[in-house]
Amino acid sequence: MRAGNQRRQARYAVWGLLLASVAGVYLVQTAREQHAARLGEVSEVLYIPSGRVLRYISLGNEGLMADLYWTRAVQYFGRKRLARAVRFDLLAPLLSLTTELDPLLLVAYRYGAVFLAEKYPGGAGQPEAALQLLRRGIVANPNEWRLWVDLGFIYYWDLKDYASAARVFRVGSECPAAKLWVRTLAASVAAKGGELETSRLLWSEIYRQADTEQIRHSAQEHLFALTAQEEINRLNDLLEAYARQFGRRADSLSDLLAAGLLKVVPRDPSGVAYRVGEDGWACLAPESKVDMRLLQ
Amino acid sequence: MLAVETRDLTKDYLLGFWRKRPRRALDQVNLQVEAGQVFGLLGPNGAGKTTTLKVLFRLVFPTSGTARILGKELDDIALRFRVGYLPENPYFYDHLTAGEFLNYAAALFGLSASERRLRTSQWLERLSLQDTVGLPLRKFSKGMTQRLGIAQALINDPEIIFLDEPMSGLDPVGRREVRDLILELKRAGKTIFFSTHILSDAETLCDQVAILNRGRLQGCGELGKILGMSVAATEMVLEEPSAELLRQLESFGCARVRTGDLVRVEIPPEAEVAAVLKVAVQGGVKIVSLNPVKMSLEDYFLSQVAPDPEPAGNGRAPLSSG
Amino acid sequence: MLRRLATIALHTFKESVRERVLYNLIVFALLLIGAAILFGSISVGIEQVILVNLGLSSISVFGLLMAIFIGIGLVSKEIERRTIYNILSKPVSRPEFLLGKYFGLLLTLVVNTAIMTGGFYLALLYQKRRLDWGDLVALEAVYFILLQLALVVGLALLFSCISTPVLSAVFTLAVYVIGNFLSDIRWFGQETHSPWVERFTGVLYYLLPNFSNFNVITRVAHGVSIPGYLLWSNTLYALLYVSILLAGAILIFEEREFR
Repeated sequence: MRAGNQRRQARYAVWGLLLASVAGVYLVQTAREQHAARLGEVSEVLYIPSGRVLRYISLGNEGLMADLYWTRAVQYFGRKRLARAVRFDLLAPLLSLTTELDPLLLVAYRYGAVFLAEKYPGGAGQPEAALQLLRRGIVANPNEWRLWVDLGFIYYWDLKDYASAARVFRVGSECPAAKLWVRTLAASVAAKGGELETSRLLWSEIYRQADTEQIRHSAQEHLFALTAQEEINRLNDLLEAYARQFGRRADSLSDLLAAGLLKVVPRDPSGVAYRVGEDGWACLAPESKVDMRLLQ
Repeated sequence: MLAVETRDLTKDYLLGFWRKRPRRALDQVNLQVEAGQVFGLLGPNGAGKTTTLKVLFRLVFPTSGTARILGKELDDIALRFRVGYLPENPYFYDHLTAGEFLNYAAALFGLSASERRLRTSQWLERLSLQDTVGLPLRKFSKGMTQRLGIAQALINDPEIIFLDEPMSGLDPVGRREVRDLILELKRAGKTIFFSTHILSDAETLCDQVAILNRGRLQGCGELGKILGMSVAATEMVLEEPSAELLRQLESFGCARVRTGDLVRVEIPPEAEVAAVLKVAVQGGVKIVSLNPVKMSLEDYFLSQVAPDPEPAGNGRAPLSSG
Repeated sequence: MLRRLATIALHTFKESVRERVLYNLIVFALLLIGAAILFGSISVGIEQVILVNLGLSSISVFGLLMAIFIGIGLVSKEIERRTIYNILSKPVSRPEFLLGKYFGLLLTLVVNTAIMTGGFYLALLYQKRRLDWGDLVALEAVYFILLQLALVVGLALLFSCISTPVLSAVFTLAVYVIGNFLSDIRWFGQETHSPWVERFTGVLYYLLPNFSNFNVITRVAHGVSIPGYLLWSNTLYALLYVSILLAGAILIFEEREFR
């Protein structure tokens, strides 16, 4: 019947329209995303910069809101690091909001401080901001000794302020649940801050206390770098001794072997042998996995 | 003791949002209902019948005047054990089945579980709803809902039953059943108070009626007396009367209606029935029937419910003091 | 009298339970709690914290939605559909009717909250592999959520006696939101240094229900226990405030006419 045909045709038309629209929406969306990507980094804006307002919006669920903002901070940091960014403008505000919503969220203070303090390309390179964050954390959690240790660490490693580091470690060691090694650390830093030995002590403790794989890995990298530095220093001593003995610089470590100053060519913690660089001093081989930049 | 009694019952509704204007729904209504009777509250739509029932059940509060049921004040909760109420256009809980609903109603009277089961099945059967025990109420037709409403009004075996438009939504079979039920209840000694605008129902059932119009009582009394007191005309049905005869009858002042071969002649009250009959007999026509015409309730009703509003007074005085 | 109250309460419970929307809400809540386990993996170091936060917040929010959604119709639906004629023509006083409806809905909420809490503990068990006594601290938060719901249902009931369902929902929600930051409102009033505003916000502070005292989810997520005095004072506050709401509803309802 003609009426039936008409109805069928109409139905096909509507289906066609539906499918075409679906395809169209998809195309428009992808085009938009590509366009945005071409424009580069989207402007970084926190639409709600106030912790107080966020608290109102949460209506009693600030903990959840804090978790969301923490996740956002983590993802922001990860994205920026992948892109090898230099500026991490939103990191400190995000962390500030997170901790304002949930002052008890230790993870935000501790990891957040690490993200902030680490230099390029590992982190935001903002140790002062990290200090501020940790100080706020300590105010909210005065008995949390780990925060003191984190604070001391930043003074020690990122700011090279050994006096403040020692002071902070000592205060931290006086917290009720503090581990004994904190006191040892405080004493070491006070006496021999900046020495490789002290740094190794610090990083060893961090490695032992690490509760996630990431921290453990990072500590290990630092320990490798320290070990490598120690061994390089020792090699340099030997190279100096060779120069004094033979009146000329050694070309490679095999010279040291031949001279009997070395029994075997040492390998760095990543298993690659050391060598003598163009400037005549010991250094890592290019294929070494040890990252000496961590010592800066 | 009167089953239901109201004295100068008045109810004003305040209408409008800012300036409240009163609308008088009931105006000095005086009712007296004897126990063991079937009482009909009649009136056109909007007369105040439902309002009266709502006042009796404290769903609205009177502006002035008093009312009592079984001699008790209306706010006596114990009174409710002895009465039953079917609201107009009833609506029940969609999510319940018929059995659950009656069980709920019965539970509100504090009946035991076994008693509830017994009465539920009893009344469902009595109202031809025995197959609907497990049927959800949202699947009920209007007639079924109406019958279920009657069931819930009777579940506590009340002394007085108040029914607001009980026949609404029922087919002729249903109406007959409810009519029989009402008569049966009356025989059991209950009082039935129902409001309706369908006069034929009232005519067949009621002992007493009251007519409400625009909130005022315009007629009240025993049905028999009301209708009996009307002066009767007489109706004579003739078969194929001659035109000559008809002319003669006209001289008596008779009106006539032709229906096919038959002519219905109405002999006015003033005329001598015997004289007219003589004329008809002498005319040699076949007399099919000769009957006194009682005023119907409808006629009485329409005479009371005048189209133009009466400004003053209580309307016409009751024809009988009941 | 108690028997009649129980009858009406059970009837209300049955009615709520047969409300299909309720099932959808519960299923959604349980799904969300299950999903919380996954959320921890896209962040760092907050697996358990976010499960507790999201789980308890879901219970709170969905409980609130249920309380409002059903509460606003508690009375107004019966009036609108005129089923109330059937009830009030039986030997049921108006206060009995109101209280029966209130406790019926409260029972519904308790049962639903119990189901959601069960789901929450299952999720926690799955994540932590074993539960210990310290995890019971979450029940304190659930208890406070129930106290909040008791208040909200009371509010919804009260508004349901006065206005239409839509307006009741708006009012109840508004009072809930404002009730969450009453202290800030009072502080704000004090800061303006205007005596009238200060007095007004002061009155508001004592008049409206203070919900912020019941918000302990964040604390519980970090395993911090609730001080005893908070348990007692909140319970007492809730009891008293609910009494005010119910008494108010009863007073209003006594005068109500059903045209």
